[in-house]
Amino acid sequence: MHDKSVAQLIAGLHARQFSSVELSRCFLDRIGRLDGAINSFITVDESAVLAAAGAADQRIAAGGAAPLTGIPIAHKDIFCTDGMRTSCGSRMLDNFVPPYDATLIGKFRREGAIILGKTNMDEFAMGSSNESSYYGPVSNPWDKRLVPGGSSGGSAAAVAAMLAPAATGTDTGGSIRQPAAFCGITGIKPTYGRVSRLGMVAFASSLDQAGPMARSAEDCALLLNCMAGHDPLDSTSSELPAEDYCARLDNSLEGLRIGLPREYFGEGLAADTARHIDSALRELEAQGATLVEVSLPHSHLTIPAYYVIAPAEASTNLSRFDGVRYGHRCKDPVDLHDLYTRTREEGFGAEVKRRILVGTYALSAGYYDAYYKKAQQVRRLIKQDFTDCFEQVDIIAGPTTPGPAFALGAKSDDPVAMYLEDIYTLAVNLAGLPGMSIPAGFVDGKPLGLQLIGRHFDEARLLNVAHRFQQATDWHLQRPPDPAGEES
Amino acid sequence: MQWETVIGLEVHLQLATRSKIFSGSATTFGAEPNTQASAVDLAMPGMLPVLNAKAVRYAVMFGLGIGADIGRRSVFDRKNYFYPDLPKGYQISQFEAPIVGRGNFEIQLDDGSTRSIGITRAHLEEDAGKSLHEDFHGQTGIDLNRAGTPLLEIVSEPDLRNAAEAVAYLKALHSLVTYLGISDGNMAEGSMRCDINISLRPVGSDTLGTRAEIKNVNSFRFVEKAIRHEFERQVEILEDGGRIVQETRLYDADLDETRPMRSKEVANDYRYFPEPDLLPVVIDEAYIESVRAELPELPVQKRHRFVDQYGLSGYDANVLADSRELADYFEAVVAACGDAKIAANWVQVELLGQLNRGELALGDCPVSATALGGLIGRILDNSISGKIAKQVFEAMWQGEGRADEIIEARGLKQVSDSGELEAMVEQVIAASPGQVEQYLAADEDRRKKLVGFFVGQVMKLSKGQANPQMVNELLAKKLV
Repeated sequence: MHDKSVAQLIAGLHARQFSSVELSRCFLDRIGRLDGAINSFITVDESAVLAAAGAADQRIAAGGAAPLTGIPIAHKDIFCTDGMRTSCGSRMLDNFVPPYDATLIGKFRREGAIILGKTNMDEFAMGSSNESSYYGPVSNPWDKRLVPGGSSGGSAAAVAAMLAPAATGTDTGGSIRQPAAFCGITGIKPTYGRVSRLGMVAFASSLDQAGPMARSAEDCALLLNCMAGHDPLDSTSSELPAEDYCARLDNSLEGLRIGLPREYFGEGLAADTARHIDSALRELEAQGATLVEVSLPHSHLTIPAYYVIAPAEASTNLSRFDGVRYGHRCKDPVDLHDLYTRTREEGFGAEVKRRILVGTYALSAGYYDAYYKKAQQVRRLIKQDFTDCFEQVDIIAGPTTPGPAFALGAKSDDPVAMYLEDIYTLAVNLAGLPGMSIPAGFVDGKPLGLQLIGRHFDEARLLNVAHRFQQATDWHLQRPPDPAGEES
Repeated sequence: MQWETVIGLEVHLQLATRSKIFSGSATTFGAEPNTQASAVDLAMPGMLPVLNAKAVRYAVMFGLGIGADIGRRSVFDRKNYFYPDLPKGYQISQFEAPIVGRGNFEIQLDDGSTRSIGITRAHLEEDAGKSLHEDFHGQTGIDLNRAGTPLLEIVSEPDLRNAAEAVAYLKALHSLVTYLGISDGNMAEGSMRCDINISLRPVGSDTLGTRAEIKNVNSFRFVEKAIRHEFERQVEILEDGGRIVQETRLYDADLDETRPMRSKEVANDYRYFPEPDLLPVVIDEAYIESVRAELPELPVQKRHRFVDQYGLSGYDANVLADSRELADYFEAVVAACGDAKIAANWVQVELLGQLNRGELALGDCPVSATALGGLIGRILDNSISGKIAKQVFEAMWQGEGRADEIIEARGLKQVSDSGELEAMVEQVIAASPGQVEQYLAADEDRRKKLVGFFVGQVMKLSKGQANPQMVNELLAKKLV
């Protein structure tokens, strides 16, 4: 059961080939046996999983099932879950049990999906390797010496290792797409505002977006159908009605114009990665798409703009973690200043502190115009670049990352090298566009991702292109060696 | 040297919305601590603000009430600072693009003259919670009921020149916002709190001196006292050749002094930047017109109308138009009795006098406007004299019934029966031969004075119920 797609599991449940309880037990069992070596989960509540699965089986038997009823899904530990610890990968929230569900979690619950567990992540989603987690790094199922990518590294690794059929992630600068690429799975970051941010611990409010991570575009579409939609409690969520993301999966690619930004294929892209991306693009061309060279002239400003705006927002979003109302509080504070400084000193890890300091600096009197304001101006230019491109093409394609997964520890002492990992993904968040990563080959046994970028709210088209690609290729069907085999 | 005071006020006005500005929690005053604080108010992880549409409407009402420019695209910003009663670590406020822009505001001074005061801007923001320093054994308690209560911060130009003007401004502001119904204006509960910016300059100078800001003054009386004290403090420094330090001071009502706040409390770089969790508030012409259509008559308009329509003095109009309730009461009295001037007099002197003595609000007034109008009607139709009417009013206040019932029950009806009055007049004349002689010997002018004695005697005899006009006429006939 564990290697089946979500679409196949839905069919199996409805054909009574297995029950949701059996399915859930299968994944709980795998997590128990195999996750020790991967560390993709932070919290798993077995009895809650089985209770929910039992309820789902009754619902299916009664004939009132929704598409995802009975399907176990893992959630990044950034989404608040009522009554279940939500740590955000931080010591600061190690003891935090929310009394509410994130909107997205509530939607999955109402649909009857099973909350399989909470997955590991970079602390407060700040990282590209899942090494900044308070709960320890996650290993890449393809090679345990490699990082899984981040910040949704736990979700990506769990799906790749078949510890969960599908998962949710969040993407502020590539945190769904980059780990999806590194772990050989499919992930989509929807348009900013497509999925509610309520109950998702905020990193950078104007960039954060939740999305599905699964083993195929079709599975992502099934999850997105449940996740997308307006939330009156999130003022930045779009009122545009969500569509059925499965409806157009099989559409022909005939006449599709695919833009290839020359800035994404130049210096910095590893040659073997470039070769695989190129052959993936040839496949799309073979299906009738036209490849058009385009330009995103402000690409070189993406990293500096992003690393001002994201830390600036993060620096104030994280002010609420002060030891006063919930979360970590230092022992025996002598006064208010001591309470604040020791609580935050102890509760936050190095990368989080670095970004709070950078962001605070960028917003400070005398620096605001030079940094934050300038970065916002650059952001508008970057957005305009995409608008201009989308007058010539329907989607944009390129590599998700400059190369495949790197070794654990290789970049953890060099923040700038780490930040450069996100060079192709950050602009999509600055522009608020939908972007996805799909498996497109292997370099030395390490997966690679092809990134597809669409117009605002054009998720269905991205999923359509990805699905057609996956109908013609089998990169997404490749499986890492079973960790159990290696252990024995 | 002669010094001129220059004062600008920042008023934090609590808006009377039922729920908070960014959450659905109630805003009722005085609830048990932390019973009106939701996950949003507590800044739980992942919680997001949703703007209260009513707060926006109230702010626009205020803007239209002072003829200000309404920000067509106003933006919320985060004002960052750490404090335990500020759960998010930032306050959502408006910095660069406020909802209400430049406006003007007419205030009336005690001498009846008016002045126009500039309003720089007014912006929406959320209130913080309260830190409770007592009863926690050296620790601090936090009550977040107030956190997220909508505030409109109203910033005036430095157009005020003394404490009396500052108080007049605040009273006019109070009157306006309660007219509009956008705030309960309850200063004791902190619905209207005031920061005072004050500086001095030599009379005749047009450059501004260095100012001090006095924080959080919450009654008209304290505003007056704080300004007087700060004036004296600054004069003393300046006349000793010193310089005023720009600083934030606190008015201590108990010690009746201002003193500097600890530097820790003021040395803040708030790192304002646009709040990414909220969209800009876009306001179009149609919305503004819909708000304008619902505006009530404002205090200034009402004041002018009272002068024009009823012929009241500026002073009377100002008193009666001070609150919407009082103005409505006054107009109902006029409608019932038909004479605005007598109505104005009775409302201001007798009614407000009774209310003040009993420390009552108009809403608790035991005498309705129609009842008071009925009483005045009895004066106008000569059923009773003004003096008797005061007795009747007192009885009405005690709940003894309507004017006619009391007049009837107590037999207070004015004696207008000419036969009865004639008998009384003759009785008085017969009993006062000396005064009659004096009167007859006097010239016309002196007679006018002397006749008062006879009127008084007749009134005494009639227990005040004789119709004074008829008594005068009868005396003129008989004293020959």
